[in-house]
Amino acid sequence: MNFDWLRAPPVGRAPPQEILLPVKTRYIALTLVSALVLDLFALPGVLQQIRPDFIALTLIYWVVYHPRRVGFLPAWFLGLIMDVADGSLFGQHALAYAVLMYLAILLHRRIVMFGMRHQIVHVLAILIASQLIMLGVRLMAGADFPGLMYFVPSLLGAAIWPLLFNVIRVPLRPRSHPDAV
Amino acid sequence: MEYSPPPFFKRGPSLLTRFTFFSILSVALLVADARFNYLQALRQGIAVAVYPLQRLSSLPGNFIVRIGEFFVAQSQLQRENEQLRRQELLDTAATQVVKSLESENQHLRQLLGLRERLAREFIAGEILYSNRDPFTRRVVVDRGFQHGVKAGQAVVDEAGVVGQVTRVFAWVSEVTLVTDKEQAVPIQSVRSGLRGVTFGIGYDGTLELRFMPVNADIQNGDLLVTSGIDGTYPPGLPVAVVSNIERNAAYAFARITCTPTSAVTSFGQVLIVSTADQLPENPLADDEPGPKGKKARK
Repeated sequence: MNFDWLRAPPVGRAPPQEILLPVKTRYIALTLVSALVLDLFALPGVLQQIRPDFIALTLIYWVVYHPRRVGFLPAWFLGLIMDVADGSLFGQHALAYAVLMYLAILLHRRIVMFGMRHQIVHVLAILIASQLIMLGVRLMAGADFPGLMYFVPSLLGAAIWPLLFNVIRVPLRPRSHPDAV
Repeated sequence: MEYSPPPFFKRGPSLLTRFTFFSILSVALLVADARFNYLQALRQGIAVAVYPLQRLSSLPGNFIVRIGEFFVAQSQLQRENEQLRRQELLDTAATQVVKSLESENQHLRQLLGLRERLAREFIAGEILYSNRDPFTRRVVVDRGFQHGVKAGQAVVDEAGVVGQVTRVFAWVSEVTLVTDKEQAVPIQSVRSGLRGVTFGIGYDGTLELRFMPVNADIQNGDLLVTSGIDGTYPPGLPVAVVSNIERNAAYAFARITCTPTSAVTSFGQVLIVSTADQLPENPLADDEPGPKGKKARK
């Protein structure tokens, strides 16, 4: 029997499998703290409302490419920190990040097989899902729908996914050419 | 660990278990926060821990602002200086009048046996940033309980009421703007003396004056000031200007929209006004509450 139709369509190539240096836990912590600082950075006016969630993106990166290094606990605590910094309901970001971790772990074997363009779509889906969770929580708590601008951070976040992918990998690339003697 | 094979036997709880555990924990926190308002202490603790990071992340922005300030043109400074001098002269004249009026007022109040209006204390602060939460209209001010700020105090700027302190941390506090959804400010119209309550509707630059009858004496351009009967906002501070009135006899109330006078969306200096407790004591508060106490008094 022929199962070819089950296979993913052969569009877009997965990014070339690089041989990277082993990831130190310290480096993961550093990237997450940098993402936190980027999220806390005060921006004027509208920029504040459309800033992508760097913590979510960084978490997705580590979960997709090193699924056994970052667990639920750090993600959940980062969510609590974001709740305090944002002044949102306590546990709102924590719940959103738990959902994000679940989806990212569920999809990680799939995401790495796709090319950048298709990875963006997956990341977008995960980010939107976590934002929908927050939206649902706030609507239940009695807030109004803040308008479609609310989803712009997810779109921007998905758009900068290739950039983040490369920036995180810069310190992990071997310094000398592997073929050099 | 990175390149070792995945553990065969010790895999820990399954993904779904972990997800369920953390989701339930989050939902428990949400309910505890939203319904019962617990967890203030935990929030405070995390806020103190995050504070250095927050300062760190605001450094580059501050630096750019400083540099921008450094290169202000001489002529602009001169103009500003001149303007401020003129303003000060005018203010001094006004202050002198106010002082004489104040003493006169005090005298009259003594004659009439009225309660004295207590002098209020101000804490000057600066708006650090507007909150990231897109569901609310809040700003963060650089004064916390270390400086004597308490939750519930009113916040004003030079043009009028900005909002109310709703959450106090060690060095910063959160101010809910008057434009936040359901944020209420008791007001009085300067022209007609009519009392009412304005509500924020969740959009910048708009307030709503609710529960005013269709024939209420309100006109476009009326200045609304705080009435002071709530004990939170000092009386006489400008809140909003009426911008649009829809009177439709089919409804019980008129639809009145107003524009807040204070520049609530821009960064700047604000004053946090301490709420002097000068309301008379609630006569029902001491013994049994409810209608039983009322009856006994009759």
